[in-house]
Amino acid sequence: MPAIKKITCLALITAITIIKVAAQATDTTDLIKQLEKETGNQSQEINYTIATFKTTRLVNGHTVENVGKGVMDVKISHRFGTLNAGGYELFGLDNATMRMGLDFGLTSNLMMGIGRSTYKKTYDAFFKIKLLRQSTGRVNMPITLSYVPAFALQSLKWADPTRKNFYSSRLYYTHQLLIGRKFSENTSLQLMPTLVHHNLVALASDPNNIIAIGIGGRQKITKRSSFNFEYYYLLPGHKITGTTNSLSIGFDIVTGGHVFQLHFTNSHAMDEKGFISETTGKWQKGDILFGFNISRVFTIGRSN
Amino acid sequence: MKKGLFILVMLFAFKQCATAQKYFTKNGSISIFSKAPLEDISADNNQVMSVLNTTNGELQFSVLVKSFHFKKALMEEHFNSDYLESDQFPKSSFKGAINDIARVSFANDGTYNVTVSGDLTMHGITKKISAPGKVIIKEGKITGNASFKILLADYNISIPKLAKDNISPTIAITVFCNYDQKL
Repeated sequence: MPAIKKITCLALITAITIIKVAAQATDTTDLIKQLEKETGNQSQEINYTIATFKTTRLVNGHTVENVGKGVMDVKISHRFGTLNAGGYELFGLDNATMRMGLDFGLTSNLMMGIGRSTYKKTYDAFFKIKLLRQSTGRVNMPITLSYVPAFALQSLKWADPTRKNFYSSRLYYTHQLLIGRKFSENTSLQLMPTLVHHNLVALASDPNNIIAIGIGGRQKITKRSSFNFEYYYLLPGHKITGTTNSLSIGFDIVTGGHVFQLHFTNSHAMDEKGFISETTGKWQKGDILFGFNISRVFTIGRSN
Repeated sequence: MKKGLFILVMLFAFKQCATAQKYFTKNGSISIFSKAPLEDISADNNQVMSVLNTTNGELQFSVLVKSFHFKKALMEEHFNSDYLESDQFPKSSFKGAINDIARVSFANDGTYNVTVSGDLTMHGITKKISAPGKVIIKEGKITGNASFKILLADYNISIPKLAKDNISPTIAITVFCNYDQKL
């Protein structure tokens, strides 16, 4: 056999051996990576951001969080009297306004709630609709956007029963957008442009439409506690005489199905129209109220 | 004669390639279960990715933590945000092998008891584990299952004192995969 053929033959054998070794080498690499390369990536699904806030309320107002589908959330909130009431009133603890509320998750993106506050004997109801969800992966969405339409009915006895009173004078409507973003595991911020409509206001010079821009956020302290703040700035010319901006700071503690929220605020009311458009207390004068919200969830329907 | 040898080598090489069989699934299931005095917690994930190399027994899993679904929405949220921290550690994985793959005859129907061992990675921590499992061959189809327990503390997942009676420190894991597709 000619030498040249021998060399070709040897070269071929060497080549095949190399290919074989290479083939074996790929065998020992990441099989999952190989599979993802051939059939698509597992992590290319939409990765929704969860737990932007601990619960559905920041202090008084809403967060972008919804309760899950089929979940009922019982909320009991208290605001004591003002700290500047002094020792005789035990710094406000002798007085309290409260709201009892019941929230329910209709779907994972739609919840509704009803409540009754001692403040002006107000009944309130709202929906919260999640329009956009912050996510990464296949869909990259930087924010969560929710819309909250709310309704309030003030049921105090008529101030002047001798004049002609209209039922509609008791009604208030609120429209609120919640634009939230979880910036990191610990930090979330939210903007809340809000319109509150009063069917009846006290003075002819008062506007019926009150416009406020809210800003709020949370900073986690530990895995199960966080510091919160919430501020509603009333646009000049769109606020009722004598009212002021609502400012609240709070602290959340989560224990399984319970959330405890402790806070200081200058608002007595706990429904949207109340604390946004009717806050009169001033922080600098010591009109600060201690308060808390307690939330307990019950799963009624199946969530999935 | 050399030509004959060359052909033999070629045949051998191709045979090797042909028998390196890999089967996979993208909808395997993993269930987790915790039994504690106050409540039982369970969750299912039916989007588990797994590849099995039937030639050498290599076995790998990849699991998206957020694909575990619980009966209660809040449990799912806490599982992701407080325990598994799935934004930081989105995937759990297993890289290992069926040790006694030689005992499994893929051509014959039957149930074969095997042992699987390898590295389990979750919550950013990798630990060696070993568990008994079964490979079932039925009409040429391969399914596998295994059950084992892990200690949460091994993976740096701590249970707060308040939830001590709600969550068990050991979690039972059940795996079931139907390797019906070929890679």
